[in-house]
Amino acid sequence: MIARFTSVVALVAMVSGPAPGHRAAGGTISGKVTYTGTPPKARPIDMSKEPSCVAQHATPVTTQDAVTGAGNSVDYVVVYISAGDEGAAAATDTVRYEQKGCQYIPHVAVMQVHQPLAVLNDDPTSHNIHPLAKVNAEWNKSQPKGAPPIHTAWDQPEFIAVKCNVHPWMHGYFVVLKTPHSSITDSTGAFKLEGLPAGKYTVTAWHERFGTQSQEVTIAGSETKTANFVLTARPY
Amino acid sequence: MRPFTGWLSLVSACGAALLLSGATALPGAAQQTHVAGKTGNAARGKPLYTRYCAGCHGDEGDAQGENAQWIDPKPRDFTLGVFKCRSTPSGALPTDQDLFNTVTRGFVTTNMPPWVALTPQNRVDLVAYIKTFSPRWRTAQAGRPITIPPEPAPTIEGILRGRELFQNLECWKCHGPAGHGDGPSAKTLTDSKDDPIRPYNFQTGTRFMCGETNQDLYRIFMTGLDGSPMPSFADQLQANQAWDLVHFLRTLQPLHSPEAAMWRSWFSTHGRELKPIGPEGGGQ
Repeated sequence: MIARFTSVVALVAMVSGPAPGHRAAGGTISGKVTYTGTPPKARPIDMSKEPSCVAQHATPVTTQDAVTGAGNSVDYVVVYISAGDEGAAAATDTVRYEQKGCQYIPHVAVMQVHQPLAVLNDDPTSHNIHPLAKVNAEWNKSQPKGAPPIHTAWDQPEFIAVKCNVHPWMHGYFVVLKTPHSSITDSTGAFKLEGLPAGKYTVTAWHERFGTQSQEVTIAGSETKTANFVLTARPY
Repeated sequence: MRPFTGWLSLVSACGAALLLSGATALPGAAQQTHVAGKTGNAARGKPLYTRYCAGCHGDEGDAQGENAQWIDPKPRDFTLGVFKCRSTPSGALPTDQDLFNTVTRGFVTTNMPPWVALTPQNRVDLVAYIKTFSPRWRTAQAGRPITIPPEPAPTIEGILRGRELFQNLECWKCHGPAGHGDGPSAKTLTDSKDDPIRPYNFQTGTRFMCGETNQDLYRIFMTGLDGSPMPSFADQLQANQAWDLVHFLRTLQPLHSPEAAMWRSWFSTHGRELKPIGPEGGGQ
């Protein structure tokens, strides 16, 4: 169980940013996602209706739907291969999606079609997990404190908004992709797609508020290509 | 002349093929529904739908009928293929019987009336037509209905256990400590289309969203009401616990039920032993 957990942690680390010392065979596409325009300001969340969650945060939590950083970097952008890697081996690790302190961790979880997904409730309160799927089947399940993880998976690629009706500030995303090649930008806006065989790829960056952008990148051998994205930010 | 007639027959054959494909493009597997020995047909359901349903649900089934803007809660959007009242698990499509029951029963807390004035055959045909609006019906089958084990006789111990579940599962967060639909999260609830929605108020004593019997109540929280904030508790409750909860919920309604009578007589002597329900409460 511990071994499995560490492998999941390693996977999360790999997906969420460049892993030190890790070099996969094949080409790499790396880059940075920034914005132009005016992004919405992160707003503090009032969790006073749920004292057990307030107690878990030293400082008030802010909204995560538009997290930006120094140099106009954008956090939580999913960058993935949207065309060119058809037939790549599917990931089989379990993706963890935790409810902790009345927040979703990670805010955006990326998984492949049919990849196992475990939803956990670490809070001493009830949550209901309500993925607002349109292409896949929408469901809504209660997960009280101490309840076992909900194990599930998605059949179709889709960007699925997730909410908890009990705690209306809780918003997240399940990003279900066909490709195993994806990366979520970190707080510096950086991403890295590794292990790409030679070929021509369409790389797409998706952000829940700032939209989608694509570009073509051709990889020949084990080179590293740079692909930067500039998304257009709008205030609320 | 000969080649001409040949062309003509070819053209008419194409026309027939088009007609056929038009008919199957309508609903494929959904074209026919089967409820209680009756077979519904979408083509027969269409004029009924236009006559009785389109005013609210829209010609395209997208909840954009001309009356929709005046209605709250909003009419069901059939293009999503998501339904509140099901006998099937959360996320699964309802059975034909479920949809038939919904059309027959209506929704007591909404503008949807019971359509008992239509013949059962009409209602089965309508169900067949409703199923043509969402592509989900072409790719997925109805789920398998949940099993509802026989109901045990209510006991005061069971009611008290149900009360504890009401506290621990935090039903009160939305439905309120006394079931008045006024819990701390009630005001912020929205349905899957982000429209505001109210939790059920047990104090009204009206029928539930999906029926009126104890079995219906059991089914509501074991399947959830998809598209609404009400989740499924199927993974969290054993059958006997679910029945305990049903019996407790009956005591919240101002009705003459055996559960309510049992509760009143127990409460008159033991009421002071109870901890309150709510943030500070421990249930029993």
